[in-house]
Amino acid sequence: MYGWIWRHLPGPALVRALILLVLAAAVVLALFEYVFPAVAPLLPVDQNTVGDGS
Amino acid sequence: MSRAEVAERNHATHARRRTSLGLRAVGVLGELLITAGVIVALFVVWQVFWTDVTGARAATSHIESFEEILPESPEQPGTPQTGEPPAEPVPAAGETFATMFVPAWGPDWQFPIAEGVGREDVLDAGYVGHYPETQLPGAVGNFALAGHRQSHAKPFFGVDSLEVGDSVIVQTAQAWYVYKVTESYVVYPTQTEVIAPDPGDPGAVATERTITLTTCHPLWSTRERWIIHGVLDHWIDREDGRPAEMIEAGAS
Repeated sequence: MYGWIWRHLPGPALVRALILLVLAAAVVLALFEYVFPAVAPLLPVDQNTVGDGS
Repeated sequence: MSRAEVAERNHATHARRRTSLGLRAVGVLGELLITAGVIVALFVVWQVFWTDVTGARAATSHIESFEEILPESPEQPGTPQTGEPPAEPVPAAGETFATMFVPAWGPDWQFPIAEGVGREDVLDAGYVGHYPETQLPGAVGNFALAGHRQSHAKPFFGVDSLEVGDSVIVQTAQAWYVYKVTESYVVYPTQTEVIAPDPGDPGAVATERTITLTTCHPLWSTRERWIIHGVLDHWIDREDGRPAEMIEAGAS
């Protein structure tokens, strides 16, 4: 999978590494901003209300 | 590159191409598993550290925008009153209508209170949430609040350090309400009587002006809830001044 991505990126190794770094940063950003906040309320950590509030 | 080397390389390439489909599938599976592991680790980092950073940032900005609409309150001790406090207007869902101070948690500790206990719009967004079905600050009945004890700026992290007699101060656009902690205990999440108008007797008509804080317990668990009850000691007109202990504590 990662090998496939590496082979399909353009440019010399340094450029590829930089592109990968940017891609990884974008993935982490998407996770932190959208995925994790959406998933967190479904997990059994940090609930603090009584009743069915959450 | 010599001819022999080229030949060897081509051979190696061919060998890789010939790798069986099964082996390649195992390779991809391995990479996916490693990726999943990294994502789970990232989630822990997000939950434990990052939500505190974003939560604290959000809370600060909520306080700043609330202060813009907040009437000035002179920095002098105001006269404590025990009569009927002003009637608070019913806040809209998600509206910042108060902030709270707990001197025992430090002079700079302040957190905004918004209407509602939804995760996304209130509790995870840098607020302490007010149970909408409960009473408003100063009113006879129960002013019940929920807050995170860990993650999301963990406003109620210090619940276990609160002692009977400690102050919980709520400021609204009209008044300062000084509550004193009376009780602290642990219940199951289903025990909604803790936010009833009279938590001691859920069926009864309330006679006291109480405050309730609910947060999770044990830490990082959803099994139980930590409950703090307090009763209104006095209130102070904003135009008159501030609670004396806040002046002493040097908070603003």
